Amino acid sequence: MTNPVDDLIIGGEKFSSRLIMGTGGAPSLEILDAALAASGTELTTVAMRRLDPAARGSVLDVLRRRGIKVLPNTAGCFTAGEAVLTARLAREALETDWVKLEVIADERTLLPDPIETFDAAERLVADGFTVLPYIGDDPVLARRLEQAGCAAVMPLGAPIGSGLGIRNPHNIELIVEFANVPVILDAGIGTASDAALAMELGCDAVLLATAVTRAQRPDLMAQAMRSAVLAGRAARMAGRIPRRRYAEASSPSIDRPPAVHR
Amino acid sequence: MNVTINGAAHELPPGATVAQAVRRLTEVRSGVAVAVNDEVVSRGAWDSTALAEADRVEVLTAVQGG
Repeated sequence: MTNPVDDLIIGGEKFSSRLIMGTGGAPSLEILDAALAASGTELTTVAMRRLDPAARGSVLDVLRRRGIKVLPNTAGCFTAGEAVLTARLAREALETDWVKLEVIADERTLLPDPIETFDAAERLVADGFTVLPYIGDDPVLARRLEQAGCAAVMPLGAPIGSGLGIRNPHNIELIVEFANVPVILDAGIGTASDAALAMELGCDAVLLATAVTRAQRPDLMAQAMRSAVLAGRAARMAGRIPRRRYAEASSPSIDRPPAVHR
Repeated sequence: MNVTINGAAHELPPGATVAQAVRRLTEVRSGVAVAVNDEVVSRGAWDSTALAEADRVEVLTAVQGG
């Protein structure tokens, strides 16, 4: 029924799931594990932090058991220099040259800093990384990052953890229209309809964490997101009908019996 | 010799290596990365890289995030 071959390809690597998960905010590794399983994800982010000798269990073990590819991020970095160092540490620790580049401007909005992000992207591409930058919903910056050699672009729908959905669908459509690399809607997803909308707008994938990990039932929300991404993708591929100002009858207008006036 | 490891002061014998600093926190080597004074030291060089007085050692690993 659906297109049999509809793989997502990032940096030459194939994924059959278009739902990329984050791992932040889950109350326990057990709950995270169940949510990741329900989501069907094949690519999932982790953060790099100081090793805590008292920590029990590792998110890496969870991902390894599930056969999920790890995507380290540079969350918490405010400058290009910090992000480049964090990416290099992640490459060393996790043996991957993939990085979700995230350089934020301030703690209050967690909005990405476009100048620092672009600077870091150029340096990381030159250093052989597969760079997936988290950015605002700016079509021009997306194009410039693609030209700089990024493997994908990840515009936000709304600020991280806000659950506000996609605040500027028009800009997301413009980014999709111009992009020759995958567009991954990242941040702002609150519920399943937001994820479906991202895919309907033409995004190649959705990245979300909080909407699942802080839901009352993370595994059920993960399943909902999985279905929403599939539904939105299918709707995009199917081609939606144009919007009309007035009704268009779906039943035949001929061969109706005569009108009755009383 | 005084160094900081993940922000905490540690005293190590003179000429101590990065590997010795890492062992202050963990015996595990996989999934761990080290920077000394903001430069990555690859795992293969931990045993041969000597630390100096006042070096800042950061030992990182992956945690839930993003």
